[in-house]
Amino acid sequence: MTSEKIFTKLEPIIRTYLPEDVPSNEINIDSDLTRELNINSAHLVDIVLDIEDAFDIEFKNEDMENLRSIKDAISLIQAKISG
Amino acid sequence: MKHRVVITGLGVVSPNGVGINDFTQALQNGTSGIRYFPELRDLKFSCHLGAAPLISEEKKREYLTDLQLRNFNSSGILYAVMAGMDAFKDAKLEVASSEEEPLWNLGIIFGCGISGVDKFREAIYKIDDRNVRRLGSTSVAQTMTSGASAYLSGIIGAGNMVTANSSACASGTEALLMGYHHIANGKATYMLCGSTSDSGPYIWGGFDAMKVTTYKYNDAPHMVAGPMHADASGFVPGSGAGAYLLESLESAQNRGAKIYAEILGGDVNNGGQRRTGSMTAPNSLAVQNCIKNALVDANIAASEIDYINGHLTATIKDPDEIENWSIALNRRGNKFPYINSIKGMIGHCLAASGSIEIVSTILQLHHDFIFPNINCNNLHPEIKALVSSDKIPIELKRIPLKTVAKASFGFGDVNACAIFRKI
Repeated sequence: MTSEKIFTKLEPIIRTYLPEDVPSNEINIDSDLTRELNINSAHLVDIVLDIEDAFDIEFKNEDMENLRSIKDAISLIQAKISG
Repeated sequence: MKHRVVITGLGVVSPNGVGINDFTQALQNGTSGIRYFPELRDLKFSCHLGAAPLISEEKKREYLTDLQLRNFNSSGILYAVMAGMDAFKDAKLEVASSEEEPLWNLGIIFGCGISGVDKFREAIYKIDDRNVRRLGSTSVAQTMTSGASAYLSGIIGAGNMVTANSSACASGTEALLMGYHHIANGKATYMLCGSTSDSGPYIWGGFDAMKVTTYKYNDAPHMVAGPMHADASGFVPGSGAGAYLLESLESAQNRGAKIYAEILGGDVNNGGQRRTGSMTAPNSLAVQNCIKNALVDANIAASEIDYINGHLTATIKDPDEIENWSIALNRRGNKFPYINSIKGMIGHCLAASGSIEIVSTILQLHHDFIFPNINCNNLHPEIKALVSSDKIPIELKRIPLKTVAKASFGFGDVNACAIFRKI
């Protein structure tokens, strides 16, 4: 699956967790989830669960540690799908 | 010097009316919120009746964001947020903006018996299924006892003490008195207080098992013998939330706020589960002392009480409660104050009972009426021997009220009594 296709599927998941004062057009491939998009760090586990459901994959604790930006999420997803 | 404390905002989510206007109407009309719950029948409960607030999806979204409602499964927190925010807005206060400092002078005390039982049930199933990682981030916030106050604090930006008290069915009255002391002692200017209780079988089941609910009116939800009735055979379990914004008199006057009533004082004590007291029954001596101490704290004479909002649950304990009031106030017959109980309309809302009942008490004081004791057309003979029946109105009564008392009693032999006066 291409990065663009993954992003298209990922964007609505991320959008759900945006604080009310962050517009959804600020989501781009380089966005840092907590620092730039201001997503509550507690919601990272919810984002991971939603990604698992959407892509039919499963994350490990170590994968979570590498999840900072949208780009990280995309490469993790790519690795899981191809693996 | 102690600061005087007044109530400047009210909110309620009651089985017979959501919001202050609908609730006031329901009180005056004697509207019942007791309904038949097929779910309880299917689960083989003895009592198939319950009383729960009716709330539309649209209404929920007026109070909580889509993100907050994602994986949300805690009816008690929903009720608390609705009642709490209504009280806050009724007092015409503004939330702190997200980049500003929190409201250092505003605290929250919101009581409950247990929080988010439905959410907890979800979590338990997942954990037992070895799937703890699937709980996500929302499990703790919705099941912690302080969940209701934490949600409210997040919306408002409260910067003073934010906590939760738990004293069974006295939680709402105790929360009011804790907030009152906090302001009286100069620790805060505003305290948003109240209590809440979840709906449903996982809250109500334990009471069904104890046979303290009634099983005799499953086919006639609007005919349940109410509090003080000769045939009272147990309560109908209920749920909801009530909330009050307490404020120093000085602050309320300075900003020209609407003042519903002053809290003159009150008392919280415990019967120690001695004498007639137990885990589930009150020690009458402690009940009497609680009422007497409340009068002393409020610095008023027993003769000044115009009206009592009783705890009166529609169980065999109702005559004992009337006797305790009669002894504590040293008043009987036609000298006894007017008294009623809302539990004939909305059942026993458990941890939320005290707060919903305080809201009803303040509304009666503010609008000069006494709501009808519905389904109390045949007074219990022991009560009739103590109190003139015209002091227990079964029709709406419009009458000037000045000083009123509210008491709540709960499991663990806890008692709480508060005294209010119109100013």
